[in-house]
Amino acid sequence: MADRLKIMTQKFSQSILLIITTAWLLVATYLIFLYAPQEMTMGEVQRIFYIHVPAAWTAFLAYFILFGASVAYLWKRSPGADALAQACGEVGFTFCTVVLVTGPLWAKPVWGIWWTWDARLTSTFVLWLLFVSYLMLRSYVLNPGRAATLAAVVAIMGFVDVPIVYMSIRWWRTQHPQPVIAGGEGSGLDASMWVTLLVSWGALLCLYAFLVRERLALAARQRELSALRREWSATAAKEERG
Amino acid sequence: MRNLKIIWAIFAKDLRLEWRHRETLASMCVFGLLVVFIFNFAFEPAREETLRLLPGLLWIAFAFAGILGFNRAFAAERENSSLEGLTLAPVDPGAIYVGKLLANLLFLGIAEAVIVFAASLWYNFSFLPVLGRFVLVVFLGTLGYAAVGTVFGAVSANTRMREVMLPVLQFPVAVPIFIGAIEATTGVLRGEPLSVYAGWVNLLAGFCVVFLVLSYLLFEYVLEE
Repeated sequence: MADRLKIMTQKFSQSILLIITTAWLLVATYLIFLYAPQEMTMGEVQRIFYIHVPAAWTAFLAYFILFGASVAYLWKRSPGADALAQACGEVGFTFCTVVLVTGPLWAKPVWGIWWTWDARLTSTFVLWLLFVSYLMLRSYVLNPGRAATLAAVVAIMGFVDVPIVYMSIRWWRTQHPQPVIAGGEGSGLDASMWVTLLVSWGALLCLYAFLVRERLALAARQRELSALRREWSATAAKEERG
Repeated sequence: MRNLKIIWAIFAKDLRLEWRHRETLASMCVFGLLVVFIFNFAFEPAREETLRLLPGLLWIAFAFAGILGFNRAFAAERENSSLEGLTLAPVDPGAIYVGKLLANLLFLGIAEAVIVFAASLWYNFSFLPVLGRFVLVVFLGTLGYAAVGTVFGAVSANTRMREVMLPVLQFPVAVPIFIGAIEATTGVLRGEPLSVYAGWVNLLAGFCVVFLVLSYLLFEYVLEE
C-alpha cells in the first residue's frame, strides 16, 4: 500500500513537472522567436544562442551533479546516488551533444568557419568526451556490481580535470592566438536578451529535471525487476530441492 | 615503512615478470619507432620544420607507447586471479598504486629513450646540448601521464573492451599534460631560457601533484570487490 502510494505520488509529480516544462518551453520559444530583438550584426541566426548557451550551462551543471553523486556514492554507497550519477551522465551527454551541434550551426553563417580550437570550444569537446567515456565505461564493465564504483572514480577524476583543461587551453591559446572572431557572447546583451536567455535556461533546466527523474524512475523499476527475478529464481530453486 | 616495502615488492614483481619475455617493452619500443617513422612522411625535415614538429611527434609517440604499457600493467593481473589477490592482500591500496606507477614509469621511460634516440638519428637532431632540461621536462610529463594512466589502466582492466577503453578514458583527462609537455619541450629544444616556458613546467608539476594525490586516494575504490 505504501509502495503504491509512493509510485502514485511520483507519477503525479512527474506529470506536474511535464506540464510545467512544456509550458515553460512554449514561453521560451515565444521569447526566442518573437520577443527577443534581432541582433545587430548576426541577424536571425543569432537566436540559436538562446538554446546553445543554456544547453552548455546545463551540460556543465549535469557534470557537476554527476561529480557530487559520485562522491556521495563512494561515501555512502547508496544505489540512489549511483542512479543519479548515471541519469546525469546520460542526460548531460545529450545536452552536451546539443551544444556541439548548435554551435557549428551558428558559427558557420556568423564566423564563416564550422569550428575553432579556442579554450571554450575545446573544453566543451573535452567535456563531451568525458561524458562519452563515462557512459562507455558503465556499459562495458564486466561485473555490473563494480560498474558504479569504477564509474564514480572516473567521474571524480574527470571533474577535477575540467578546470585544469580549461585553464591550460586558454593559456595555450594566448601563446598561439587565433584571429579574433567574435567579441564573446556576453558582451553587451540587451535587457530583453538577458530575459530571453534566462527564461530559456529555466526551460532547459525543467527539461533536464524531468528527463533525469524519468531516468531515475526507470532505474528504480529495473532494480525492482532484478530483485524480483532473484527472488523468483531463489524460490524456484528451493521448490526444486524441497 | 611497511608501505615502502609493499611498493618495492610490487615494483620488483612487475620488473621480474616483464624481464621474462620483455614482450610489452618490445612492443612499446617498436610502436614508438613506427610512429616516428611514419611521421617522416608528413613533412620535409628541414631544420626549422623539424624544430616545429619534433615536440609534437615525440609526445604522440610517447602517448601511444604509454597506452600499450598501461594496458600491460593490469592486463597481466587478470590471469590466475592475481588481481583479486592484490585486492585481498592486507596492504594499503595506495602502495599498490605507487608500485604499479613506478613500474609503468620505468617501462615508458625505456621506450621513450629508444624513441628519442631514433628521432635524433632519423631527423638529424641532437638533444645533447639541452639534455638535462629535456630529461626533466619529459620526466614531468611522463609522471603526469602515468599517474592517470595507472588508475585508468586498472579501471579498464575490468571492462570488456579493455585495450580501447584505456585511451578513451585517458586522453581527455591527459589534455593538460600534452599541452604543457609539448609547449615545454618546444621551449627546451629551441634552447629558450627557462622563464619562457616555466609556466608550462608549473602546469605539468601542478597536474602531477593533483592527480598523484587524487589517484592515491581513489585507488582503493578501483581495487575493491
